[in-house]
Amino acid sequence: MTSVLEYHLVHYRRTWRSSVLSTLLLPLLTMVGFGLGVGGYVTAGIDGVSYLDWMVPGLIASTAVQTVIGEATWPVLSYFEWLKVYFAQAAAPLRPADILGGHLAFMMFRVLLSVTAFLVIAAAFGTLRSPWAVAVLPISVLVGLAVAAPVVAYSASIRSDSYLAILIRFAVLPMSLFSGVFFPIDSLHPVLRAVAWVLPLSHGVDLSRAATLGVNPGLDGLWQLLYLLVWCAGGWLLALSRFRRRLVV
Amino acid sequence: MSSLIHARGLVKRFGSFTAVDGIDVDVRPGEAFGFLGPNGAGKSSTMRMIGCVSPPTEGVLEILGMDPRRDGPAIRARLGVCPQLDNLDVELTVRENLTTYARFFGIPRAVARARAAELLDFVQLTERADSQVEPLSGGMKRRLTIARALVNEPDIVLLDEPTTGLDPQARHLVWERLFRLKQQGVTLVLTTHYMDEAEQLCDRLVVMDGGRIVAQDSPRALIERYSTREVVELRFTADDQGSYAEKLSGIAERFEVLPDRILLYVADGDDALAEVHRRELSPASALVRRSSLEDVFLHLTGRTLVD
Repeated sequence: MTSVLEYHLVHYRRTWRSSVLSTLLLPLLTMVGFGLGVGGYVTAGIDGVSYLDWMVPGLIASTAVQTVIGEATWPVLSYFEWLKVYFAQAAAPLRPADILGGHLAFMMFRVLLSVTAFLVIAAAFGTLRSPWAVAVLPISVLVGLAVAAPVVAYSASIRSDSYLAILIRFAVLPMSLFSGVFFPIDSLHPVLRAVAWVLPLSHGVDLSRAATLGVNPGLDGLWQLLYLLVWCAGGWLLALSRFRRRLVV
Repeated sequence: MSSLIHARGLVKRFGSFTAVDGIDVDVRPGEAFGFLGPNGAGKSSTMRMIGCVSPPTEGVLEILGMDPRRDGPAIRARLGVCPQLDNLDVELTVRENLTTYARFFGIPRAVARARAAELLDFVQLTERADSQVEPLSGGMKRRLTIARALVNEPDIVLLDEPTTGLDPQARHLVWERLFRLKQQGVTLVLTTHYMDEAEQLCDRLVVMDGGRIVAQDSPRALIERYSTREVVELRFTADDQGSYAEKLSGIAERFEVLPDRILLYVADGDDALAEVHRRELSPASALVRRSSLEDVFLHLTGRTLVD
């Protein structure tokens, strides 16, 4: 599995330049645009903290998700359908679990990179209120994997990228909007609130927020953690069965 | 147990479709073994089973004395695979394609780098080592794929249609490299539908049709058994070549009437042609040639087009 991760890292060494700008630009724009712009209107803050401080941890969790979506969709489809990279790997002594695990590990590496960059910039703007903010790193990996694994399973099941547009429009975009990143979930219609609670991102947002604000998430936090682990495990099993099906026929 | 690949009654089914229908194969160390057949004959399915990426439905299959159902990774560690369609990473450099692939076999980085340099030299790509794969020609990509298949110093190299789609120069270069490998004692297993390729490279081959083996032997022996020493190709100006069939009777051991020409399978082509002229049949063109594997192939698998 490590050799597969290594392969993706070598690959990333060729392509990282194009992703580095968005990795740094998004957090910077957020600080300026939301903190000074939108935050100027939401003068009352939310739950007793300024809007920027409240929103940043959610946006970090959302960034983790955006990062894995980029890697778990088109590349996975392409490695099966167009570039056939997975088939080349399957001809070596690797097992489907190594091929899948190595690619997921690389996605988590990307999550750590972009989340670290965001944390550093957020710290520079003074929006992290607690040393617990470092816990955002493992939380982001957890929510990243909880999204990446099932999305990889989906990408491994389709033959055309028009299905990816459907995924982005009807799953990823609503999840990003309604998971309590920009406004509290409580203000949503009960149906949308239920959708937000079923999908993984909202739990990552809550946990990240508890970490940067230094609030004890209590027993609820533990359940959210376990719930994300269920997404990870379920997604892994689904993705592995898809990989076996495609690579061993 | 002297064969590297040993199959008995090997079957591969996909749902109700039987791709490989009970074949027996033995590949011995150091030989170049070919699977010939039209499209859909079951060659690639057989290769995928040997490559341990496709479990057999039924029958016995042993590779390097191991069972692919159980020891897949251990067997694959000792195989080199050159697939029909190149699946190189086009965004990496030529060298990186080899070094990253070597890592999948647990080869240490320093060894991988050294081996990549040797192999690039072997396939004559040293000058392109640090350029990306994308702009390489088809022949260069194929040579790189072959180099990649050798990165673990395999006991058996599997080549699925190694020269399909290459121009003549590129094909000859690939053949020459494969021949060198064979001389080094590497066991080659290849599929092809190019008869000249099979004659050039294979010590032994099987002809497959409809998932079964219809003949197996050395190219020379197959020609001797299923064809004659020489073939005379006659073209007559008349639209109906068939009308000449009767007038040619007795000249050849076997003859075949095609829409555009008549083939006479004979021991001595010049004698036969002399007889044709003696009967004053004056064909528009006549060609005497040696029998080739292509004649055997067409005889065994028919002239019907398979897509």
